[in-house]
Amino acid sequence: MKAAVIVFPGSNCDRDLAEGFRQAGFEVSMVWHKDTDLPKGMDVIGIPGGFSFGDYLRCGAIAAQSPICRAVVDYAHKGGHVLGFCNGFQVLCETGLLPGVLMRNAGLKFVCRQQALRVETADSPFTNAYSKGSEIMVPIAHHDGNFSADADLVKRLRGEDRVAFSYVDNPNGSTGDIAGILSENRRVLGMMPHPERACEPTHGGTDGQGVFKSLTEVLALA
Amino acid sequence: MKARVHIMLKNGVLDPQGEAVRHALGTLGFSGVNGVRQGKVIELDLADGTTEATVKDMCEKLLANTVIESYTIEMS
Repeated sequence: MKAAVIVFPGSNCDRDLAEGFRQAGFEVSMVWHKDTDLPKGMDVIGIPGGFSFGDYLRCGAIAAQSPICRAVVDYAHKGGHVLGFCNGFQVLCETGLLPGVLMRNAGLKFVCRQQALRVETADSPFTNAYSKGSEIMVPIAHHDGNFSADADLVKRLRGEDRVAFSYVDNPNGSTGDIAGILSENRRVLGMMPHPERACEPTHGGTDGQGVFKSLTEVLALA
Repeated sequence: MKARVHIMLKNGVLDPQGEAVRHALGTLGFSGVNGVRQGKVIELDLADGTTEATVKDMCEKLLANTVIESYTIEMS
């Protein structure tokens, strides 16, 4: 199984994400933002957390227009698996692969803490290793993680079972406590929390491993 | 030639930063500030002949996130 992790200037969770993939058995390629093509034969693309391009203009906006992101959008449109954590979620929203916007936290403060999440669906390539309704502990660390969506979009996301994770105690004002969402074909996941930072006991917990394990199960069947 | 692009959150989109500024003004003793909305201004130095339509395209593709932001363009 092969994964690519995209690296932007200002990415700071790229190596953590690569390690998360490796522990689950992936061979990982790091891909620079100026590259125009993804390596051949990738099973999943990861967009890491951090502060791509210094969060200039809007979080994720400039990264979303980088040469490699055009390749990522093409890859997703062809049915490829893509995940984005934290800044990666912001980038995916800015590319239009996921709906909604991540705005400044309602409390205006950067929040950095362990966060309880509820698994809202086990029916996705990223969540099948969890049971629906279970709670997991995963770190969050963001200033602009307030997922904003109008009532129609929230209704659609819930109706189509596309809310992957929700916050147990909403830390940032996100509409409907939404922490992570899936694309229409369920193969793109964006979430503000950091599963890659909860993958080994020394991290303080291993609840994040399930996201990577879920992928391995789906890919083994493919 | 220059263009100035004003970007604002659309009406109805909650602006917590504007709200914090409004609160701070109240703390300073400025009464009667009913609301504050914070936006941004982007000045573009453009090659002669660049059309407003091109600037609009820039806004749609990058400068504004039209899901939550509206923009106005001043050409000069």
